[in-house]
Amino acid sequence: MSSRTLPLLFINLGGEMLYILDQRLRAQNIPADKAKKVMNDIITTMFNKKFLEELFKPQELYSKKALRTVFDRLAHASIMRLNQASMDKLYDLMTMAFKYQVLLCPRPKDILLVSFNHMDAIKDFVKDTPSILSQVDETYRQLIEIYTPLSSGEFQLIRQTLLIFFQDMHIRVSIFLKDKVQNSNGRFVLPTSGPVPHGTQIPGLIRIFSCTGEEVSRLQFSNGGNYTSALREGSLEMFGDRVIKLGTNMYSVSRPVETHMSGTSKNSSQHTKVNTAPNPLAKEELNLLARLMGGLEVKKPGNTESGFRVNLFATDEEEEEALISRPDELSYGVINIQATKDQQANAELAKIMGEFTEAEDQSPHASSKGDDLLAMMDGL
Amino acid sequence: MYHKEKSIQIKNSASALYNNLSVLRIAPRSLTYFTVVHANVVNMVSASWDGLNYSHRQLQSKEPNVATSTSLIMQAAWCVLPSRDLLVLTSQKGIQMYESDGSIMVYWHALDTPETPTAQAVFARGIAAVREKYICVGVSSGAMLVFDIPTKGSNITLAEVLEEHKESITDMASECSGSLECIADLVSADDAGNLCVWKSGEEFQLLNKIPGFDMCCSSVKLWKGTVVAGYGTGQIRLYEAVTGILHAEVSAHARWIYSLDIAPFSGLLLSAAEDSLVRVWHLTQTPETNSVEIAHMYNECVTDTQICGAKFCDGDGYAFAVTGYDLSEIIRYTQT
Repeated sequence: MSSRTLPLLFINLGGEMLYILDQRLRAQNIPADKAKKVMNDIITTMFNKKFLEELFKPQELYSKKALRTVFDRLAHASIMRLNQASMDKLYDLMTMAFKYQVLLCPRPKDILLVSFNHMDAIKDFVKDTPSILSQVDETYRQLIEIYTPLSSGEFQLIRQTLLIFFQDMHIRVSIFLKDKVQNSNGRFVLPTSGPVPHGTQIPGLIRIFSCTGEEVSRLQFSNGGNYTSALREGSLEMFGDRVIKLGTNMYSVSRPVETHMSGTSKNSSQHTKVNTAPNPLAKEELNLLARLMGGLEVKKPGNTESGFRVNLFATDEEEEEALISRPDELSYGVINIQATKDQQANAELAKIMGEFTEAEDQSPHASSKGDDLLAMMDGL
Repeated sequence: MYHKEKSIQIKNSASALYNNLSVLRIAPRSLTYFTVVHANVVNMVSASWDGLNYSHRQLQSKEPNVATSTSLIMQAAWCVLPSRDLLVLTSQKGIQMYESDGSIMVYWHALDTPETPTAQAVFARGIAAVREKYICVGVSSGAMLVFDIPTKGSNITLAEVLEEHKESITDMASECSGSLECIADLVSADDAGNLCVWKSGEEFQLLNKIPGFDMCCSSVKLWKGTVVAGYGTGQIRLYEAVTGILHAEVSAHARWIYSLDIAPFSGLLLSAAEDSLVRVWHLTQTPETNSVEIAHMYNECVTDTQICGAKFCDGDGYAFAVTGYDLSEIIRYTQT
């Protein structure tokens, strides 16, 4: 459908990922300098010039598998490590959060405001690092250039494309359940109250006109809801009040990150594979991954920075348990890159990966971490 | 005015697409067919009127003889012509036409898809049967394809390409009152809210162009010479087709309208939107004064659901059916 969807999907999911990691890094009392390094490394990789060039090209949305693989790599762009269960949970939270934001956007165009909320927060994370800051600013400019001229109908197409991507995902998120924005069956609450979108009138008025254009009568009807007038329009400039709260950071120390997995298998049994091509990764997807990994710094051997592991669960036992009990239909099927038929792209990719993992293996502390990485890349 | 009946379960959930429900009533067999689009699949259900028998079929969008190509479907709708009914599917790759029960594909038309994707998406959307022998389908470029349909067989041909719209076609509707007196046969709508009114024939004739206000018109109907249009702002507007005179304007919904339908015998109008509401209205025309009025009749809230399809199941509007994003059922209502 829309060929302009991928950048918005990537930036918003990336933003949510950063919110969650930031909260977990604090919760686990990771030293401030290490935490900052992780955030900076991930943001640097996200906004790598070549990677963004590839991302912003008009193209169809990636398959769920391919996108998950991209985020796996992104989450490991630094010294931080995540086990499979934690990575799964991280991805669940990211996707359900963005699904919620897309669904509840008052107007399709507001997805851009949501994206800017994420961008504003990312900018704040790196405000002390001018080099990364300039990459982020450049991305703002690209977003403004590409998206502000689009019509309402084109934005709705983008939104519809995103909703197809998120179709049938009903994972329950604790923070959503607590705030009563998600029901216990995993579906989001759609209120029939509150401000109407900018440009829409409160429902209730019928105006009848004569042939000459004069209004001859007005009738009111009851709209079945409790609506109020629209708020002012959010700013689509580099700086400004976005007005909409969707896309701002909903996590804090007192509102931790958790998910429920039980009971979701009943409702999520319908999975239609949209992309039934035999190659698990299309050529374009491989290109993007190659660019992403090309942007990763190869860690030199003997690097004294030792990696550390972040856990998305409260304890190691919980993490272990989550991995075992995860329903089959919710596994993301991270792609085995070695298995792709595209020989040349595969060779290039393997070479880049090889450069990265070789360095990892030579570091005395990192051998198991390297295995972790490979395991993640090699699939289920 | 209406109460909820037993829902029909479908194999997949409905995708968030405009006008995502089509209904075909087959009186001689006491059956009603429903179609709902899910990504690259069309779910077809045939329901017997006694509520005892349901049978399901799934159709995929793909080029014939090509094993792996799939594309997302934008819309599926039945086209009712005097001699035959055809099920038309429009997707990113092209247009497929099937016999009405979905059993045989009788025609495939490929869209020009560029080698590398362009900023402008490519797809077909907007389907209408016009008069005795035409089926019109819209394209993302704004073009409208007019197909000539023989009374039987697969010798369907592309008769004409109409290039009046500059933005993507969203929906099309033909005059549904059955009256032969109406001059206008077809109305087409696009992403900018522009409406074009046509007369069918060997060459289609543009009768009128009603400008939009850069707000997408997502659903449109034509009844007794009146265009009923639903917009992304939640507004419904009634225009006289041939002259473009605005009869009425309704602040109907709090979110984007996804579907409109008219019951031609009674003049009932159904509107459904992302705001979870389905509303029933009544249209009355007074030819003497050339006025058209719209009155609100009924609201139905489908809790926590962004509605994407709503259609009457019969010409009087005695019953209607609704689909919603992520919902794997067709919800039905009948008059009390």
